[in-house]
Amino acid sequence: MFLINCPYCGERDQSEFSAGGEAHIVRPKQPTELSDDQWAEYLFMRKNIKGVQFERWNHAHGCRKWFNMVRDTSNDKIHAVYKMGENPPIK
Amino acid sequence: MSKNLRITNNQFIDKTTRISFKFDGKTLYGFKGDTLASALLANNIHLVGRSFKYHRPRGIMTCGSEEPNAIVQVGNDASMTEPNTRATEIELYEGLEASSQNCWPSVNFDIGAVNNFFSPLIPAAFYYKTFMWPARFWQLYEYFIRKSAGLGKSPTEPDKDIYDHRYLHCDVLVVGGGISGIIAAKTAAKNNLNTVLIDDKNNLGGTTLFQKNECFKINNSYSNEWLKKEIETLNSVENLTIKTRTTLAAYHSYNYLLARENLTDHLDLNEKKNKVRQRLWKIRAKKVIIATGAMERPLIFNNNDRPGIILSSSIKKYMDYYGVKCGQKISLFTNNDSAYETAITLSDSGVSVNSVVDIRDKTNSLIVKQAEKLGIKIHWKSTVVNTNGYKKINSIEIMKLSDDGAGVVGKKIKEECDCLGISGGWTPRVHLFTQSGGKLKFRDEDSVFLPYKSELDQISIGSCNGDFELDEVIKNSVNSTNKFLKVNNNDYQNLEIISSKEIDKKNIWLLPSDKPLGKTKPFLDFQNDSTAKDVKLALTEGFKSIEHVKRYTTTGMGTDQGKLSNMHALGIIAETAGVKMGELGTTTFRPPYTPLTFGAIVGRNVGEFFDITRKTPMHDWHVENKAEFENVGQWKRAWYYPIGSENMHEAVQRESKAARDSAGILDASTLGKIDIQGSDASEFLNRVYTNAWSKLEIGKCRYGLMLNEDGMVYDDGVTTRLSENHYLMTTTTGGAANVLSKLEDYLQTEWPELDVYLTSVTDHYGTVSICGPNSKKILSKVIPGLDLSDKEFPHMSFKNALIDYINCRVMRISFTGEHSYEINIQSSYAKSVWEKCFMAGKEFNITPYGTETMHLLRAEKGFIIAGQDTDGTMTPVDLQMDWIISKKKYDFIGKRSLYRSDTIREDRKQLVGLLTEDPKEILEEGAQIVAETNKQPIEMIGHVTSSYYSPNLNKSIALAVVKNGKKLKGQKMFVPMKDKTINVTITDTVFLDKENKRLNA
Ligand SMILES: [Zn+2]
Repeated sequence: MFLINCPYCGERDQSEFSAGGEAHIVRPKQPTELSDDQWAEYLFMRKNIKGVQFERWNHAHGCRKWFNMVRDTSNDKIHAVYKMGENPPIK
Repeated sequence: MSKNLRITNNQFIDKTTRISFKFDGKTLYGFKGDTLASALLANNIHLVGRSFKYHRPRGIMTCGSEEPNAIVQVGNDASMTEPNTRATEIELYEGLEASSQNCWPSVNFDIGAVNNFFSPLIPAAFYYKTFMWPARFWQLYEYFIRKSAGLGKSPTEPDKDIYDHRYLHCDVLVVGGGISGIIAAKTAAKNNLNTVLIDDKNNLGGTTLFQKNECFKINNSYSNEWLKKEIETLNSVENLTIKTRTTLAAYHSYNYLLARENLTDHLDLNEKKNKVRQRLWKIRAKKVIIATGAMERPLIFNNNDRPGIILSSSIKKYMDYYGVKCGQKISLFTNNDSAYETAITLSDSGVSVNSVVDIRDKTNSLIVKQAEKLGIKIHWKSTVVNTNGYKKINSIEIMKLSDDGAGVVGKKIKEECDCLGISGGWTPRVHLFTQSGGKLKFRDEDSVFLPYKSELDQISIGSCNGDFELDEVIKNSVNSTNKFLKVNNNDYQNLEIISSKEIDKKNIWLLPSDKPLGKTKPFLDFQNDSTAKDVKLALTEGFKSIEHVKRYTTTGMGTDQGKLSNMHALGIIAETAGVKMGELGTTTFRPPYTPLTFGAIVGRNVGEFFDITRKTPMHDWHVENKAEFENVGQWKRAWYYPIGSENMHEAVQRESKAARDSAGILDASTLGKIDIQGSDASEFLNRVYTNAWSKLEIGKCRYGLMLNEDGMVYDDGVTTRLSENHYLMTTTTGGAANVLSKLEDYLQTEWPELDVYLTSVTDHYGTVSICGPNSKKILSKVIPGLDLSDKEFPHMSFKNALIDYINCRVMRISFTGEHSYEINIQSSYAKSVWEKCFMAGKEFNITPYGTETMHLLRAEKGFIIAGQDTDGTMTPVDLQMDWIISKKKYDFIGKRSLYRSDTIREDRKQLVGLLTEDPKEILEEGAQIVAETNKQPIEMIGHVTSSYYSPNLNKSIALAVVKNGKKLKGQKMFVPMKDKTINVTITDTVFLDKENKRLNA
């Protein structure tokens, strides 16, 4: 059970949060210009990394804010949390 | 009580308090401080169960949580009975009733024991292999297996006990109150760290608490006396919380731990009442110190499972702690020094020790010399090759080991005994460490797995970290704790410690016998009856991975998770396969460490607290008017309102007819309501709904369909423009929370540039819906000043109004196809407005209707229910709702997906209407639809999603999704049921009032 440092509220129990999948996938500005394959790439393709992964999380039972997290999936270490729109503090 | 099995021991047993208890129906006596196991042993009862497969008699083998045999059922009340509890952990209390589990009809006469004589026929995976085929025989096998296997009985009544959950936050959590845990906890607390020390026993001290031996001294006192003084000082230490009878059940990442505190299990039956039985602590610790100690290993030799064969250290504890002799003529069998401590204790207490059988060559440690001084006979370099006695051991057979340890030589000596203490060395309790994700390393010297690497802020100290000698335990615990906590505690730096040192180590995982392996029974997993033979068989059959061997042989799969002999299984596998144990790895230890009760897991979340129940403001009215309720998510919704002896069908028929003939009233408060404000609110709606919103006039309502990005229908509802930048969106009852989350997600992450604010107002407003040809007349009575003319207040529009000076919003919208209104008013007034409408409607026979009638009425009109007629694979086109997809809008959620190659397929499943040939025949929702009946196997082309008998049309109607349905209109199809085939025709989805005349009636 993680202890997650919400960028707005501080440290809270994992049970207050919900995970929202891979981060930094931007919704195409002009979907109609995309081929089926390009659209499918946006819609369905997600990484499933063993190691450092960039993820979206939502403080669902708290401030309801979405934010990003850098987490190592091999040991569940959270390396950083940062607000939406911000650049990842770690490469 | 056999008097001669008790010695006077006033330290831990209160001999003034006699306790009566029942075991297998027989009344017995023990003392306060006993466990069920110690009390049974004092009554000379060793035989407590039967083994799982062979039904061999099994006795108490340990004194702790690793006990594989003494598994009992506690309690005789149908609501209080608890299976799979360990007699070694049950503190004796007045009124305790326990019984053996794995035996039928009784522990002394057991039918399954016949398996023992056929045991050559029951090798590893016997059950897998034999009872596999034919499958239909399984129910036959199962009956006998279950009956004779006896894994305990579940309670049949709800648990009457109270359980509790609590949170706990601390700087340092110390798990285990033995000598090293005490040192660590005291060090932490004295350095101003908020410290919690937990131990699963009823008192602190671990095994050192009764270690009274010349070979183990601290500052000139016996180690137990020194420790007792340390424990006494703990009371005055600030920042320290001590929790005894508290078992650490699980250790998760981020130092999140679960511990179960037993509060009443040790109390007399009449003292337990109305108290919290167990409390589950949810602990978040900054740092964790694991000091869980080690457990003694058994030895694996022929017939090592007879009652009376007990771990050597347990014999010592029964003697030194409980004052109980496990036998009168005890033999010991060991591969290490610790059995000599037991020998000395027994000798000091006047129990005759026959001999110590030691597999090692002669060794000269302090403690061995002391044993020799006491005249204890030792068989060096020897092994027990067999034991005798059916329900209790009565003799052992000893032979010399060959030089390589693989065989035996010389003459066989028979030694009579009534108890055999065995010691195969020690296994550090690394379970919690591995549960937390820690990696182990293997120490070849004494064949132990030790904590190695962890990602968490934790350390292991004491014997769970591989320190087995008193001086090392203290020295290393002090140093590790100081370093870990970054403190400098000098209290324990200058202790003068005397500790016997083990000089020689030797280990043989599977001890040889004079008989070939095939003729012996060296048990590995006592609970699941797997022997060393079974493991070897698995290897010859090709299993290589330890996890596979474990499952194939069921070694380590019992309620004890094979705590006792996992190491031996690994050792034998490694030896047989010719690999190093360190390379083989170990199996995963999963939480809980010992079984948890379901009560402790659910805590107070039982009965009405199991889940939140949401009730509408009018709920009490529905109850008073005898509504039947339906659960919709967490909501309780009025389902139908039966009058007199009406059943559901009759009530729904009456309600449906009344709503169309005159007037109906529905509580629509559960619909999700989202208040949307901001200068970009219109643009936002444009992006989330499939249709266009920018041109919606203020005061008008519009139906919208929301898709997922994959183009599938997600939710629907009517949204009203209250003012320029202010909308009220409604969602389905079940979808409300998810819709809000989804909209927030897009707002926060994709379109942060939009000036839009979302607020859930579902609970803030109650909604009264009045429908039917007389709804207008009724509303004009409730809100007399409001102009209800079609010109001023047309369908799909809204007005602010006042009811008794209270603001409300009235929408003229319809989910039934009737002329209808929805009044939204602050929740606290909703019930009175409901009653007002009801009174006003009385002259028109206004009829309250529930969700079932609502569903029927909308189905007559072909309106979908998202989630019933859609299932996450339906596009608006599939629903024949092409009209709601804006062609002009550049983009909206899901738009691009509507012309992917898959979504433009013409033969997708599409929503259609169905009429049965026999208008009285009502289809079953979920029933399959086929195009022909004379072919097998037959292709299913669709299924029924909604089905009702319409009293307004006097026939059965249904909605269905059918492959290529749009083109099949007018075609005959079939719905095959178990007993008949129903003929149906595909129709349009709208069954009633296709011209929508009733909306303005
Ligand atoms: Zn937050």
